[in-house]
Amino acid sequence: MYPSDFYYTKDHEWIQVRGDEATVGITDFAQKQLGDVVYIELPDVGKQLEFHQSIGVIESVKAVSDVYSPISGEVIEVNSALNNSPELINRDPHGQGWIIRLKVRDIIELEKLMSASEYEKFLEGLEA
Amino acid sequence: MKKTRINSTHKKLGARMIEFFGWEMPVEFSGIIEEHLAVRHKAGLFDVSHMGEIIISGRQALDFVQYLTPNNAARLTPNKAQYSALTTPKGTFVDDLLVYCLELDKYLLCVNCANSDKDFQWILDHKKGFEVSVENKSDDYTQLALQGPKALEILQPLLQANLQELKSFESTSGKIVGEEVLASRTGYTGEDGFEIYTLSLQPEKIWDAIMDRGKAYGLLPVGLGARDTLRLEAKLMLYGNDIDETTTVLEADLGWLVKFQKNGFLGKEALLKQKEEGIKRKIIGFELLDRGIARSHYPVFIKGEKVSEVTSGIFSPYLKKSIGLTYLPIECTEAGTEFEVGIRDKKVRARVVPTPFYKRSEKP
Repeated sequence: MYPSDFYYTKDHEWIQVRGDEATVGITDFAQKQLGDVVYIELPDVGKQLEFHQSIGVIESVKAVSDVYSPISGEVIEVNSALNNSPELINRDPHGQGWIIRLKVRDIIELEKLMSASEYEKFLEGLEA
Repeated sequence: MKKTRINSTHKKLGARMIEFFGWEMPVEFSGIIEEHLAVRHKAGLFDVSHMGEIIISGRQALDFVQYLTPNNAARLTPNKAQYSALTTPKGTFVDDLLVYCLELDKYLLCVNCANSDKDFQWILDHKKGFEVSVENKSDDYTQLALQGPKALEILQPLLQANLQELKSFESTSGKIVGEEVLASRTGYTGEDGFEIYTLSLQPEKIWDAIMDRGKAYGLLPVGLGARDTLRLEAKLMLYGNDIDETTTVLEADLGWLVKFQKNGFLGKEALLKQKEEGIKRKIIGFELLDRGIARSHYPVFIKGEKVSEVTSGIFSPYLKKSIGLTYLPIECTEAGTEFEVGIRDKKVRARVVPTPFYKRSEKP
């Protein structure tokens, strides 16, 4: 279910790192909790994000939710397809529903995050 | 937490349950947008048993209802209903409600869940001098709502009554799978449909029978999430958001339900005075001109100055745009007037639009 080459946060973001670039999104668990996503506010390309800084806002029919950056870095691309099709976050949260791409500042920060198996255990704890 | 008699059925269907004013209620089943569109295009079934039911009966039942509410209950005959309100002496809302005439000298008030105890107490506090008895039957009644263009076809074979001939705001008594019900052609979605009241101890039989028959028509179970988006598209008021004890019936643009020609009722003098002097603010519908969703309590600005707050606001699943309601100074309520809504750190442009936002093409 949760890709093994991603890292995960307790706020239910995922990050996939390739070299010094990373892709960030929210997890399947997060999209299920939110329900139908109808609006997303994306950051500007070039924005410098600190660890756990708000990237933007995702709104479902019922809820407004912040998305936080799993690590620090510079925004190099945003998924502008989400402006017209925010439902991609529900349909494919770990793929087409990605939110931003970052230039990673300090790879060591990944150590603060969870692996897929740790995240799955974390979810079990939430559901118990 | 209180549970409706159909609670376990919802859980079996995989509903996401929330607490809603002390009740454990389904907020969504398959997804709010899918449920919303099912009601617009086909049909949806809601458990709205959290709604309150208060019965007023006795020799002076009509006089008492007339005193409590601004609409003219004298026009009701058995099996007819009307939208009305419980008004304070200031002409503001204790609640909004449906008044059903069950039989001569017997009326059922369908009130909001969050208000049922408050309303019951309000009614008791004002009954002095009236020969009536008042019962709070809120925990005894199950209420289902079957809404959508296919509602009639789905319900008709289950009930021995000619539903085709039932006009809007008329009701009929009968049996569904052997259980006694009162079915009225009313609803809170802007679609044709029925609200079904029953004292049955096994109302899940009724729920199941409607769901079974509805399957072929695309009927879906619907939660409170879509109930809210549906009612807002149809500009039906939500107590606690759009109307409350600080807003008068005239400011809420519901002047049509105030019948000034009838004898004294609570709030009559205040409302008459306000009508003569002219209201200073009024509820309006708006849509956003920029991206974003204006949610309830977001600030509303005219020429940079905060004048009010959004009372209800959603991204409309049917119209695919951001809509909402707010109170504006009367001189700014003309359709086309632009103003701003504060969304987080931005001010987003909005425009007054005619309401309802959504209106179905055919009336029953």
